[in-house]
Amino acid sequence: MAASYFDVDGTLIRTNLVHPTLYYVLNQNTPLHSLAKLGGALVKAPWLVWAETRDRRIFNELLFTSYGGMSEDRLVGLAAETFERVIKPNIYPGARDLVQTSLDKGHDVVLVSGALDFLMRLLAEHLGATDVIANRLEIKDRFATGKLLRPVVAGPEKSRLIRDHAKGRGHDLDECFAYSDSYSDVPMLSIVGHPAAVNPDRKLSLLANAYHWPIIHVD
Amino acid sequence: MSHPCVVTIDSRSAPRVLFSGDRLVEVDLPTGSRVVYPKPPLKPLKDVDAAIRYAINHPYNSEPLYAKLRPGMKVTIAMDDISLPLPPMKRPDIRERVLTIVLDLLADYGVDDVEIIVATSVHRRMKDWELRHVVGDKIFNAFWPKRLYNHDAENLANMKYLGTTEEGEEVELNRRAVESDLIIYVNLNLVPMDGGHKSVAVGLCGYRSLRAHHNPRVMRQCHSYMDPKSSALNTSVVRMGRLANKKLNVFTIETTINNRMFDTPLEFLAKNEDDLSRTERNALQALRFTLDKMPQPARQAIFQRVPSPFGVTGVFAGETEAVHEHTLRKSFEQYCVPVVGQSDILITGIPFISPYNVNSFLNPLLVQVMANGYLFNLYRNAPMVKKGGTMIIMHPCTDLFDNEHHSPYIEFVHRVLPETRDAMELHKVWEPKFAKNPAYIEMYRYGHAYHPTHPFFMWYWGEAGRQHLGRVIVVGADNEYIPQLLGWETARTMDEALRMAKQTAPPNPDILALHCPPIFMADMSVEKQRAPIAALPESQG
Repeated sequence: MAASYFDVDGTLIRTNLVHPTLYYVLNQNTPLHSLAKLGGALVKAPWLVWAETRDRRIFNELLFTSYGGMSEDRLVGLAAETFERVIKPNIYPGARDLVQTSLDKGHDVVLVSGALDFLMRLLAEHLGATDVIANRLEIKDRFATGKLLRPVVAGPEKSRLIRDHAKGRGHDLDECFAYSDSYSDVPMLSIVGHPAAVNPDRKLSLLANAYHWPIIHVD
Repeated sequence: MSHPCVVTIDSRSAPRVLFSGDRLVEVDLPTGSRVVYPKPPLKPLKDVDAAIRYAINHPYNSEPLYAKLRPGMKVTIAMDDISLPLPPMKRPDIRERVLTIVLDLLADYGVDDVEIIVATSVHRRMKDWELRHVVGDKIFNAFWPKRLYNHDAENLANMKYLGTTEEGEEVELNRRAVESDLIIYVNLNLVPMDGGHKSVAVGLCGYRSLRAHHNPRVMRQCHSYMDPKSSALNTSVVRMGRLANKKLNVFTIETTINNRMFDTPLEFLAKNEDDLSRTERNALQALRFTLDKMPQPARQAIFQRVPSPFGVTGVFAGETEAVHEHTLRKSFEQYCVPVVGQSDILITGIPFISPYNVNSFLNPLLVQVMANGYLFNLYRNAPMVKKGGTMIIMHPCTDLFDNEHHSPYIEFVHRVLPETRDAMELHKVWEPKFAKNPAYIEMYRYGHAYHPTHPFFMWYWGEAGRQHLGRVIVVGADNEYIPQLLGWETARTMDEALRMAKQTAPPNPDILALHCPPIFMADMSVEKQRAPIAALPESQG
């Protein structure tokens, strides 16, 4: 049996990691808390811009510091609402079909995302995906520390996690599929036998054309 | 005395002009070579609309269309896709004219549950502008996209299993069509392998049904697939079509066209080079010069973007098989050129277009299907070349693919063909893998790509030719790699190719060249008739 590994942000949904984070930031216990969190996030904004161009892992770690101090029950409690309001309306029209086609062919469908695991599980449930590889927040005394548990799901690390997942489930990587919209996911696309570019950015589009990878549009 | 369309080259003959993709190449053929030309275009019908009305009111083996209609019934109109005619025809396309009359009739009888399905089978989906060209603005604006759409062979929920033939062929067709009270099929018959039961039983089916006949075993038994009575593919399709027609109410409308591919400025391309006027000869030289100097996309545009002035030569309606008999007769009347004697060496140019690359590039796998498939199969009775003979083709064989239309082809040519060229192995080992490829299926369903199994079918369609021919030599290939992958040899010039071919041919080989396009078919007689010996005068006793 084969597996299909899907990047999420930009591939299946229109949003990126920032949108759900912002939703959490703006929905703190009190408006004052929200304002304080927002201020902190704005201070980090230039660093985030710099990290985005340099290293996806640093970007993720920096972004998720915004969750520091949030209680575990709040994180989980707001997840369904965040999914309904932020993620679900932004699922690409063709995303469900793309996932369903893989399911129809008997594939394991795995969502691979830098987003948080409790949000990705809701998306997986909604799309019918069978598994999730996503980032996990460190929780200490039932409060998020703002740090991510290792391994951080980003860039080249995604490909290692996919390899481990395939090995664990007995999938032959040559028979597996991977889908992404971003040039930063080339490592993840390169380790499977059947890579595909979905709504590709300019650099990935050039690469996909050069290597004759299928180019799919679900937007 | 040979047919006027079969010309024998002598020392005074002008060089022949053959297509090499989207270029024209002059070749000097050896004295004694024969060149087959298409027949002149048949005279088109004077009043096509009247012919359509007459056909649907006087159908063969069926009650008239109006007698089948009742208010509130569910009607599906299915029609042929972009794979024909080649190139696309000038507006109004004959399908638009038939649809206009049929839709008016349906409206007159209170039938408003009407959907038009483009019977693409596993071909690519037609784009909106391509459909607009075929059905016209009025119908397009009224029906697209809710009631005029492409068939989707991978939407399994929208396919319905009808049954299995006595030979085990599974018939599964488009659910909307199956659940309709009446299916009206609007066909455009370009070549004799089109139409008949192929329209519904192939056009509206999916991979499950196609597997029954689009496989190497069946394709090896087609002699030729342009001659339905000698084609195992056709036999299988007829079995499936008969099963479908038993369960469905099908009214077939078939149309035939002449072979007028080239409009006025390019009409000389259909003529014998010896018969060209000075003006035409100058125009030909100018065209050759221009094509040589132009970039490839511009050359393609010259030929592909100029619609053809095909004339409609026949409209027939009624029960599928009864209609198709008349269609075939008309088709053979236009295409069949009697040719006496098979050749040792068959020469043909490969043009810029095939049924599978309208508005895109003729990639290497399609060059293969044109050579080993369509052009080799343009015969009745016996192949144009002897068993084990050589075929010389002219094409650059450029390693170029249209990523949007032919994505699965790329993997087939560059990943699969290096592993094996054996059709049986491809069929058993590789085809099932491609059939389950979700990325390609997605591109077929929601993009404009051919189905992932289509490249395999293209290889199988060349199977009879591959089994029959001893060698294929390509003249003018711009690379060595692609011809090697396809199992072909290469030569820089026609002279070199002929020298190579003669090494494995008998002394004084019989050489036959095809001046195609426009389309024709060789009506082959195997034995060459000897010239009658003049009667000796009686001895004076």
